[in-house]
Amino acid sequence: MRMLWLLASRDLGAAWRSSGLWLPVAFLLLVASLYPFAVGPDLSLLRRTGGGMLWIAALLASLLPVDRLIAPDRDAGVLDQMALRGISDEMVVLARLIAHWLGFGPPLMIATLPAAALLKLDGDTIWMLEAGLLVGTPALAALGLLVATLTAGLRSSGALAGLLALPLAVPLLIFGAGTLGDGSGAALKFLAAASLLLVAITPFAGGAAIRAGRE
Amino acid sequence: MNGAGLHLSDVACLRGGRMLFRGVNLTMNAGASALLTGPNGVGKSSLLRLCAGLLPAFSGTIERTGAVALADERLALDSELPLARALDFWARLDDSADGAVAAALDAMALTPLTDVPVRMLSTGQRKRAMLARVIASGAPIWLLDEPGNGLDTASLVLLGAAVSAHLAGGGIVVTASHQPLPLGTPVILSLSDHLPDPAEWDA
Repeated sequence: MRMLWLLASRDLGAAWRSSGLWLPVAFLLLVASLYPFAVGPDLSLLRRTGGGMLWIAALLASLLPVDRLIAPDRDAGVLDQMALRGISDEMVVLARLIAHWLGFGPPLMIATLPAAALLKLDGDTIWMLEAGLLVGTPALAALGLLVATLTAGLRSSGALAGLLALPLAVPLLIFGAGTLGDGSGAALKFLAAASLLLVAITPFAGGAAIRAGRE
Repeated sequence: MNGAGLHLSDVACLRGGRMLFRGVNLTMNAGASALLTGPNGVGKSSLLRLCAGLLPAFSGTIERTGAVALADERLALDSELPLARALDFWARLDDSADGAVAAALDAMALTPLTDVPVRMLSTGQRKRAMLARVIASGAPIWLLDEPGNGLDTASLVLLGAAVSAHLAGGGIVVTASHQPLPLGTPVILSLSDHLPDPAEWDA
């Protein structure tokens, strides 16, 4: 447990120092401020489509930090040094998942508030959006990390990461955006199930990918 | 540190579909040091990674008793952090004794650079920082890949002193190098003598 904390706090510190934490937030706000320019200042249209737009923005924002999640540490030998100390690759990925979500989920949820104001979303929609993001951002973080472990060490890994992650993210987008127009709460439960699945398999799949990439 | 050991028996290494070496035997107990020699590409670094357990051996067995510290060409220190804090991260993972990092910095004459960010260090200073990481780890088995590269004469003396102190304390040092290093009297293992029979592999 102490080791998990040591690893996660280092990863969070590294993300903070590389100012990678601001990138998804800035992206989300930028999309929210550009969207009204593109579709016109039609209040009802913005209100009806804005929530889904923010979900797409959140999904794309989760891809931005992918190339700095694993590859720099792999190239610097940090992952090998951890393996030498008997720390399993699964543990490394789990710690990184925790750190990545902490640096990605809550800032994105905070940025959603001004973004929702820009799109004139009403109170209920904002609540559903925030609840959906609370449940869905762990899945987005896990997916980004999983793709980062798979593409670390490949050339043009950033573009490849997008191609790999987006099809896998379709259920998250459907259920996530589905929560907005759904009064029954079923979409939120499906989102939670998808999120749980991704978070559960990422440490194992990511650890296996790191091991396979070790040469 | 007593009881450290590294035993290789009949080890072969296959990388990228090519057999690098085979039939390597090495028995090292506390206080032993070995020097791997051979031309570039013969597999010195691969053998060190095999010893570290980072690569699986194609055949043969490798037994390690005790923790391993590896210094290869990669620094593995956070480039934005001051040197002492970057080393501290590994020391905390290793549960090193208090002052282990300070002692290691002192042994590599890096104490004046404690607060300098790792990315600002010169080539030789980075190499010394890497050796300080190895020293601070407290691991009995040291695997050093070209530890003398980029070091000036004074730093080579520091390296020699650190290795002697480690061996005197019952440690094990395996070094890969093609330049002479002040490492006492190591067992010399020339990988050129363990090249696979080409005819056997063309078939």
